[in-house]
Amino acid sequence: MRKLLKLAIAVLLFLPLLAHAAAPDDRRRFDQDSGKYVQVSVADPYLELHIGPGRRYPVFHVIARGETIQILYRRTDWFRVRDEHDRVGWARRIDMQETLLATGEKLPLERLDHRDLDSYPWEAGGQTGNFGGGNVNAVYLSYALNPNLSAEIAGEHTIGHNSDSEMFLFGLAHAPRPDWRVSPFVDLGTGVIRVYPKTTIVAPPQKREVLGYYGVGVKWYLTQRFLFRADYRAYRILTNRDQNEDRNEWKAGFAFFF
Amino acid sequence: MWPFHRKSHRPPQTVEATDTDTSAPVVEPQVVRRKVKTPKIRNSNFEVGGDLGVLSVEDFGANGLANARVIYHITEDIFAEGVYGESRLGLTSYERLSGGSRLLTDAQRRLRYYTLDLGYDLFPGETYVGKRHTYNSALYVIAGVGATRFGSASHFTVTVGGGYRMLLTDWMAAHVDVRGHVFDNSLLGTTRTSNNLEGTLGITVFF
Repeated sequence: MRKLLKLAIAVLLFLPLLAHAAAPDDRRRFDQDSGKYVQVSVADPYLELHIGPGRRYPVFHVIARGETIQILYRRTDWFRVRDEHDRVGWARRIDMQETLLATGEKLPLERLDHRDLDSYPWEAGGQTGNFGGGNVNAVYLSYALNPNLSAEIAGEHTIGHNSDSEMFLFGLAHAPRPDWRVSPFVDLGTGVIRVYPKTTIVAPPQKREVLGYYGVGVKWYLTQRFLFRADYRAYRILTNRDQNEDRNEWKAGFAFFF
Repeated sequence: MWPFHRKSHRPPQTVEATDTDTSAPVVEPQVVRRKVKTPKIRNSNFEVGGDLGVLSVEDFGANGLANARVIYHITEDIFAEGVYGESRLGLTSYERLSGGSRLLTDAQRRLRYYTLDLGYDLFPGETYVGKRHTYNSALYVIAGVGATRFGSASHFTVTVGGGYRMLLTDWMAAHVDVRGHVFDNSLLGTTRTSNNLEGTLGITVFF
């Protein structure tokens, strides 16, 4: 334990030194990297550079109209840019929208008024709720086939009184009005469930069974790429006994597009 | 320039400019439309790393903890996080005092947990280290759900905590986190709710 702690501290102290020990070069980084990054020129009267990727980080520099900047990378709605004097800072998306490429065109960015499927076709989320009386945690990954239809894979872990279970699911979801801020959807899918009984005296064998589900839900778009999702599903577990088992599930959580 | 536009906007009674307007455009634009390729700008929203620390589990003492985490920054303020951690349980006071009797086998003392959290950067800013070094930093809070498994049973877990992130370089951050894992445990007879604290120190890499 103490060894691990010492190692952690040593790594923490040493790593930044390594990163700072870059070889010196007389030329500007701006020239060295020209061609490596997208270059745009400032068309607004000025462009503010923040010290970090957020509106609450202070502005430390202002780039004048006509100057060229390199776009190093993007984090959320902020762009890390370098100016001709090798100053590096963060510029807001709405400011970058007004910058011009060498061709004279505006820097093409995804639209803000609706979900841009070309830029963000994936959706990932986590939810929690109740599955057949037990607590359930779920994660899902969904791909938009078109604005209305998406394919989804999910993993769910249920912690019940008498048994735990794990599910792996595949389904399709259809949203009739994806343009609404609160958008309803229906879904249909299939998967497998593995049940782990909690009895401690004798351990009965794990059961693995096929199931199907249908459900209804709603997605509430809180920001451009962040949403709240709640849904209800009815499951039918196809057992090899005389009777199939039915389960209801309620869950809610958050998701994002990427 | 755009006959299409003028046609729809011009009131029908204006007749003065008709001679020039109805004729074909004087100069046919010889513009070859270039196919504009959207420039590729690298996204850097993922943060992946690991932590080492101490997890205290009620009745079982405080023990070493190692975890791995993946963070996705959704907006400048909000991030989603998945954490997987492993620790070992110590002996309860009962086991120590009673001599030989053990409540759990060695295999059952292995503790594993996962949590799915949502985080919010409460206070972003700068941290000054000495006279010459400045680092971007943020104080954040997180809340989430998950499960903790030990003693051959899983426990539904609610996790609440906070942390501090300091960017050592553009692409690497140091984290200090304190979290409480709240779950019901009925291992020692009656069912009790406990808040199990963890403190960790970690490194993450952005990409």
